[in-house]
Amino acid sequence: MEALERHVTAAPLDVRAERRGLAGRSLPARSPARTSAAAAAAAAAIIITMNPDLRREREAAAFQSELLTHVLDGGAERTSRRREIEALVLNDPEFQHEDLNFLSRSQRYEVAIRKSALMVMKLREYGIADPDEIYWFKSFIHHGRPEPLDLHLGMFLPTLLTQATQEQQDRFFMPAWNLEIIGTYAQTEMGHGTHLRGLETTATYDPATQEFILNSPTVTSIKWWPGGLGKTSNHAIVLAQLYTQGQCKGLHAFIVPIRQLGTHEPLPGITVGDIGPKFGYDEMDNGYLKMDNFRIPRENMLMKYAKVEPDGTYVKPLSDKLTYGTMVFIRSIIVGDSARSLSRACTIAIRYSAVRHQSELKPGEPEPQILDYQTQQYKLFPLLATAYAFHFVGAYMKETYLRITGDISEGDLSQLPELHALTAGLKAFTSWIANAGIEECRMACGGHGYSRCSGLPDIYVTFTPSCTYEGENTVMMLQTARFLVKCYAQVSSGQLVSGMVSYLNDLSGQRIQPQQVAARPTTVHINDPASLVEAYKVRASRLVEAAAKNLQGELNRRESKEDAWNRTSVDLVRASEAHCHYVVVKLFTAKLSEISDAAVRAIMTNLCLLYALHGISKHTGDFLQAGILTDAQVTQVYQHVKDLLAVIRPNAVALVDSFDFHDSHLGSVLGRYDGNIYENMFEWAKKSPLNKTEVHESFHKHLKPMQAKL
Amino acid sequence: MAPTRYLRSSASRDVNPDLDIERKTPSFDVEKLTTILDGGAENTRVRRAVEAVIHSDPVFSREDKYFLSQNESYEAAVKKAVHLKKMMHQMKWSWAGSECKYCNRALGGEVAFTLHNIFMESILALSTDEQTAKWIPLAENYRILGSYAQTELGHGTYIRGFETTATFNISTQEFVLNTPKISAMKWWPGDLGRSATHTVVFAQLYIKGKCYGVHPFIVQIRSLHDHSPAPGVTVGDIGPKMDFNHIDNGYLLLQDVRVPRENMLSRFCEVLADGTYVKRGSEKINYFNMIIIRVKMLSNEVVPTLMKACTIAIRYSVVRRQSELMPGDQEAKILDYQTQQQKLLPVLAIAYAFHFMNEYMNELFSKGYREIKQKNFDSLPELHAFSSGLKAIVTEHSTAGVETCRKACGGHGYSLLSGLPSLYTRLAASCTYEGENTVLLLQTARFLVKCLGAARSGQPVPPSVAYLSAVNSERCLVRDKRDLLQPDVYVEAYRHVAIRVLSSAAAKLQALVQSGAEQHEAWHQCTVQLVHAAKAHCHYHVVKSFAEAVEKLGQEAGIQRIMKHLCGLFALHGIFSNTGDFLHDGYISGDQVDMMTASYLDLLAIVRKDAVPLVDAFDFTDETLNSALGSYDGHVYRRLYQWARKSPSNTKVRAGGKQTSPVCIHQGKPTLLSVLWACTM
Repeated sequence: MEALERHVTAAPLDVRAERRGLAGRSLPARSPARTSAAAAAAAAAIIITMNPDLRREREAAAFQSELLTHVLDGGAERTSRRREIEALVLNDPEFQHEDLNFLSRSQRYEVAIRKSALMVMKLREYGIADPDEIYWFKSFIHHGRPEPLDLHLGMFLPTLLTQATQEQQDRFFMPAWNLEIIGTYAQTEMGHGTHLRGLETTATYDPATQEFILNSPTVTSIKWWPGGLGKTSNHAIVLAQLYTQGQCKGLHAFIVPIRQLGTHEPLPGITVGDIGPKFGYDEMDNGYLKMDNFRIPRENMLMKYAKVEPDGTYVKPLSDKLTYGTMVFIRSIIVGDSARSLSRACTIAIRYSAVRHQSELKPGEPEPQILDYQTQQYKLFPLLATAYAFHFVGAYMKETYLRITGDISEGDLSQLPELHALTAGLKAFTSWIANAGIEECRMACGGHGYSRCSGLPDIYVTFTPSCTYEGENTVMMLQTARFLVKCYAQVSSGQLVSGMVSYLNDLSGQRIQPQQVAARPTTVHINDPASLVEAYKVRASRLVEAAAKNLQGELNRRESKEDAWNRTSVDLVRASEAHCHYVVVKLFTAKLSEISDAAVRAIMTNLCLLYALHGISKHTGDFLQAGILTDAQVTQVYQHVKDLLAVIRPNAVALVDSFDFHDSHLGSVLGRYDGNIYENMFEWAKKSPLNKTEVHESFHKHLKPMQAKL
Repeated sequence: MAPTRYLRSSASRDVNPDLDIERKTPSFDVEKLTTILDGGAENTRVRRAVEAVIHSDPVFSREDKYFLSQNESYEAAVKKAVHLKKMMHQMKWSWAGSECKYCNRALGGEVAFTLHNIFMESILALSTDEQTAKWIPLAENYRILGSYAQTELGHGTYIRGFETTATFNISTQEFVLNTPKISAMKWWPGDLGRSATHTVVFAQLYIKGKCYGVHPFIVQIRSLHDHSPAPGVTVGDIGPKMDFNHIDNGYLLLQDVRVPRENMLSRFCEVLADGTYVKRGSEKINYFNMIIIRVKMLSNEVVPTLMKACTIAIRYSVVRRQSELMPGDQEAKILDYQTQQQKLLPVLAIAYAFHFMNEYMNELFSKGYREIKQKNFDSLPELHAFSSGLKAIVTEHSTAGVETCRKACGGHGYSLLSGLPSLYTRLAASCTYEGENTVLLLQTARFLVKCLGAARSGQPVPPSVAYLSAVNSERCLVRDKRDLLQPDVYVEAYRHVAIRVLSSAAAKLQALVQSGAEQHEAWHQCTVQLVHAAKAHCHYHVVKSFAEAVEKLGQEAGIQRIMKHLCGLFALHGIFSNTGDFLHDGYISGDQVDMMTASYLDLLAIVRKDAVPLVDAFDFTDETLNSALGSYDGHVYRRLYQWARKSPSNTKVRAGGKQTSPVCIHQGKPTLLSVLWACTM
């Protein structure tokens, strides 16, 4: 019990400050903010309380985890700036609150909205305007969780900026910026998601009053899911089928007031509410919206592009690629989020596995750390490698987007459609794998992973909707496939393609001697990342070709293109996946040469090899069938994966430390930086709502009466 | 939404036409299949009678389930358990009878005191006749409420590592129980936190300074008068979990808690008054009882949960329409998309495969039980190995399958009202309780390696591994894609892979030992491969038992035909997902893989036609499914809307969006980019 008492006194300390202090021992050059006396004192405290297993792990690492943090952040200055922003939040008592695990949904919503409003004020107070810094600030405040203003900040405001006329911006933007108007973006309907043309909400123009009449004609047309719609918003940008002069002109966006300013009561003709409890997203009031002959002025249609004249004449929009840009941008964030969520899960599972002891490896010896079991390493280390891989993919997408768009209105946007098509698949690829990976991490923590104190259930339920939102993953994979098949057709007709798909150009040579693909001498070197990139490339080209040929076969047999496409879609998804897998391996490999520190580069090279080889070991069929690898090589791949596990093992804790998640951001008792898990699980459990009274009221209400009767 | 009363005939009901049409032309007799799944028409009748009783009682309503806090869930579960106890008494249903099983099915398992039964079972299994006579009547009458405290905070699967101590004090004839440190606290036992008055505590027995290993002790933890914790006992709830929040999983800290000598459950070992330790009888029977819990869990909990998820996702997928398949047509049912079929139909096949696997395993255990009653324990190692591996793969695939179903329902699958998230979170626990899956697979692998050695040296081996003695075939000889649908062809392919993977793991093990590695180190080096081998073995058995079950359906031609398709789908999906295993040594060729893929895709289209009847045959009531997406009548959207409006977020809280006071603005508008960036999620 003594250890427990000691710990409890240490618990309120800022563990992150302690952590910096500790890192400082091996790394003298630090930002000035970190050398404060408080941090030094805290560092002294941590040396007493740090779990000895974790301390040993950190001391044994072959590289400095701080340097890898710099690589992830994009430079030491950015790391220190990120930590400064983080400290703004951590040291601000206004952002503190009770552990969310013990709060009801309505309490969580209240905490979140309080913090969101505070966040908007403080952003301005501190003058934080750099996009990355806004992102950090927000993410620290909400611990990477959703919040009720997400749609207001992320969709409502940007849509005003891109699609509203000057007059509309004058009317709506500043009130919205000041949170007098809080808006959301209402697209999805109960019966319609991905297929936008199927949306049923109507906006019918009435020239007599110069108004649009909005209607939800069926149950399936009720707007459903938009974040912040249920309780928070007083306005919504509503997507509806525009009818004017008796004709349907397709989907358009309208600014619709839904609640009375001041009283916040729903306006007459508006039925609005929360869609009820979900798997996660407790703090988000995803909502429904039903409109019955609700009238808005003509000027509330977003008319920067398409217009309806006062007499009802419809003016067509000029085509714009801006929406592509926004979507690429959001996808790059989802890919980054896949990396971050998986990194958090890996951090928790790997630290816990270094602290947890179980069974015997050698008869008679003490129970070993579970991280010493090959099966545990095999579960966790490939995921760790994946988290790093996805991090670099997300960074690449963001950079590419910024490079292409430059200043959005003036940039050369000709590459956007290709990027749009390719990033669809990457969004699906990374979110599927991260999704499954988080659960693997949770299960690798055994029973304790199932407790909410592990933080893992929460990471999972928060992350998993990214597989369906912003484009359902299978649909995304098929979009990429459509692009790949198109490129394949171009190559077949003698044109060259460029960019990430340029490998398809090689196929034209191979077609002359079709036997050659399989018979090609195997030249894959399984210790060389560049050679593995080639192997993945050949696999992708083979699967794209196979899917394209199967599609052609179906097209020859059927009348309907859609039907043929549908009958090939399993093949097409596989082709997309292989393409994305190739891109990830390629980008990870490319990153290695940019790392200047030799020790960091060495460990990252091993992680990259592990990522590539483990991927092969999970898809040996593709590599064998295409003749890229022989049986003997596949056996070598299996062996080499296991060898790499042993190489990663001493560096595993340092590798997750490099992700640099603060304990408060991680939200996990199992993943604590100091590793004092069991004492803190007990402390945490004591706060359980069921423990409020020593004898639960159910005893008096139900148990005692029953015992009395029997 | 109150789920509408379930009626068997859709003719009399207002059913969504998109769902109705799916039921018009089933290729088989649905009701007949239901009775087969239930194990006979009489079982179906009893089950429906129980369901009718349970569903007509408002105390058992589950409508509010998704809206409850942890405290409310717990209270509701206690209330239902008390009510159920009363009802079972009135109806004269016994807790060991089939009615109890069906009650549990109808209630979705959401009752408290489930560990009370385990408490009683453990007393029956571990105690002397005297102890049984003392404790069982008290428990049966709920005078005491029991739990079963094995796992500790720092120790799970590895029982020898437990740290709780029970020290015998000769002078007072008592055991003194202690939790020497934090990691030794009992942690996780169900019903322990708030409900239980007694629990069976597993502790290291010390007599005169010597440790005798882990033994069970009955410990009173709460007063029978006012329910307050007993002296020296610190007990509480371990806090919110991913699910099971209706259960008060608890912690228990013991400080010098004294129990009389008679409280050590002494069927197998006893401590005499003078401190002499006496061992008697074989614990093997106890061991058998423990593994049978695993088998029951698979058929009572795990597979039905997967079946529910299939029911919800498949019904929803014929109601939900999305995009166009034919230009100009109305939007297509999402189940008509190949990619949707490829997600759901293999999961449906898995559900049926596991059902038949369970039946096979139950038979095996009945046979084993008969032998063991005659003190013949020869089959025990095999039963243990078999059930361990199967528990691991059945829970792993079922859990993944439920999540596949959830994701296949798109955004609506994320709503708790779909019923799918809670099916998943319930099932997800099964991968780690009753034995962590990787540990179990390695136990199976240990048995397999031993049997492979025996088989190769010509010794007799148990039936489930007899295949290891036969010569492994070298090539699959199929030339046409239709031949791949022959059960003997794919069963043979699975057999081949099982032998190859195990042989190569064993060879590696051997090589390491010969090159000087110690046995345990060599084993450790091969564990990834050994897990692979154990899975291949289990997969082979599931395919084989399914194929054999299909054979036996001869008198029901329609059902046999569709089950054969499902069996083929299960087998080919497994090959499709792991082609490398089959290609590795050239057992099948690249061309055969392409044929197999073609056959597999053909089967999707065939099974698609019967998908709804195949889930209807599971015969879950709407109340049991408790899902806005999966109800029998298919009125998905209406139900979702009406139910959501009852959410406390709409009824209890007044419009809560707080209007924050306008903030003074600094100069100028932000750029689009900075605003965009603020969208994090």
